[in-house]
Amino acid sequence: MTPNLFFHYFFNVDPPHTATGHMPAEYWWIDLIRIVVRVLVGLFAILLVVPPLVWWERRLLGFMQQRQGPNRVGPWGLLQTIADGVKLLLKEDMNPSSVDVVLFVLAPVVFLVPALVTSAVLPWGPSLTWGASAPNVSVGVLYLLAWGSLAVYGVVLAGWSSNNKYSLLGGLRSSAQMISYELGMGLAIVTIVLLTGSLSLTDVVARQGFTEYGLPLWNTLKFFPMGLVAMVIYAICMLAETNRAPFDLPEAETELVAGYHTEYTSMKFAIFFMAEYANMIVVSGICATLFFGGYHAPLLWLDGSYLGPLVALKTNALLGGVVSALVPVIWLVAKVLCGLYFFIWIRATMPRLRYDMLMRAGWLGVFPIALGNILMVAIAMALGYLYGLIGWIVLAVVSLWAFAGSKPGRSFTTNSRRDTTVLLYSEAQPFRGVPEHSGHGDQTLPPNALSEGALAAAGQGPLDDAFAAKKG
Amino acid sequence: MGLWDNIKTLGQEAKAPFVGLGITQGYSNKERVTIEYPEVRRPMPRRARWRHVLNRYENGMEKCIGCSLCAGSCPANAILVVAAENTDENRRSPGERFAAQYEINMLRCIFCGYCEEACPTQAIQLKDICEMADDNRKDLIYTKEMMLVPDPTKP
Repeated sequence: MTPNLFFHYFFNVDPPHTATGHMPAEYWWIDLIRIVVRVLVGLFAILLVVPPLVWWERRLLGFMQQRQGPNRVGPWGLLQTIADGVKLLLKEDMNPSSVDVVLFVLAPVVFLVPALVTSAVLPWGPSLTWGASAPNVSVGVLYLLAWGSLAVYGVVLAGWSSNNKYSLLGGLRSSAQMISYELGMGLAIVTIVLLTGSLSLTDVVARQGFTEYGLPLWNTLKFFPMGLVAMVIYAICMLAETNRAPFDLPEAETELVAGYHTEYTSMKFAIFFMAEYANMIVVSGICATLFFGGYHAPLLWLDGSYLGPLVALKTNALLGGVVSALVPVIWLVAKVLCGLYFFIWIRATMPRLRYDMLMRAGWLGVFPIALGNILMVAIAMALGYLYGLIGWIVLAVVSLWAFAGSKPGRSFTTNSRRDTTVLLYSEAQPFRGVPEHSGHGDQTLPPNALSEGALAAAGQGPLDDAFAAKKG
Repeated sequence: MGLWDNIKTLGQEAKAPFVGLGITQGYSNKERVTIEYPEVRRPMPRRARWRHVLNRYENGMEKCIGCSLCAGSCPANAILVVAAENTDENRRSPGERFAAQYEINMLRCIFCGYCEEACPTQAIQLKDICEMADDNRKDLIYTKEMMLVPDPTKP
């Protein structure tokens, strides 16, 4: 076996792309190597993205709060997470005396493994040999749901085995929250299964190709309001499933210390931390795959299936193959990054929900909307888009009307103070304590307060005098 | 409040998260409120009372005449002044005496500024030098050499 032949079969360059290509049966071991390499690529892709993601989150949160964010270690602070990881590794790893040691040690692993294993079926390219860690699994969507549900065990085990009231409360909250929001998420995913007619994620992405004008056929855009509603429901549920703000009740720092990982130190804590971020990556990967066309580009002319043959025609077949294999990966990564940005953005914006609000939003908001939406998608598919659209509008108006008049609806709106919100930015001027230094942001002052520089220019005294004048 | 008002309020409530997202997005491009401290420093307020300095006259003479009024007025008993007589060969201050030894225990000092008020010659002043952290007690007893401003007559 020459290296040339090995790489020929290893990368399965021959079209048509079947699971084994035209590989003779005696080369079965090449397939074995391929599987190992595929799995390692999938695993490391996620584990290697976690540190930059943590850095990105902290930096972006800093920017949105007008802070600097971590910027000391390495260029732009990029190595900050590595430094934190080293610090965690070197810390003392202790088990409190009253914990259930076996479960206590097992819990972080049980939390991390589902996050990594879920990613196996996410296709990063159209190829059936190289398209994912486990390409073309015929029950891919069920696999996602099954492993997604298992992640809650890690949290519950951690909360239970810590023998700590705060941890237990965090674990219980997490289990209740994940079960509640899994319903909505499941229904949003069922919408996709309806639209696709297949449980295989490779099929799901393949069906989100392009129209004849080269425009995207994403599931979000199909049956206009319904696909979008399913996407919004999935986005809400993915925040809840990953225990992120505004649904971060299991680890609410202000109430539960740190929730289920209060008792964890050192590497075990680091694993929890890593699993949480790996979960974020995987979940936004699922979102991109199910709703935003996976590895497809937003326009046909930027897609790997268009650029690959073009490059092959202009230069040579090898370069064309590389392009058609890598461009889909780039698009998937771009979409995942958008999802992660959304996660961070939401965290910077939304305050944490109260527990009863969370449950009410899950059972009275997300779940019925998902149910009605899936019904209308089914009607649209069976009878035609127009019937579905009319049914959707009727259902939306009726349910909005009923909700607005109902007791929960009124309780939702009677406390609303949106129309009386004070405009903080009316005529306030930015505060500049020292005129030549622009480090201050814009704190809001009373509308007629002037900055020190302006006062000096007007020939008045410093700020103290201005305030005294206002008082008097 | 009628049904229609209720629906309108619901609409406002539904709009609110998106308005919030817009606000945070807007803030991410704004000027930062914080600064990169050791490289960039904000000027202290003009009336800041931090570390003491011992002043000199323009001709290089020390203002301190070793009268110990600062030590007497110090509520924390942080100041030690040991005076010595000025002679014609060794004239350090315009008065009869000068401070041969002048120490302030910065661990005891409460930065009240009474020493500054008690000083008849304005020799001691609390300035805006606020970075005084150290890792041992001995180095936090500031001596005269540490607090005395440079001699303007000597380059």
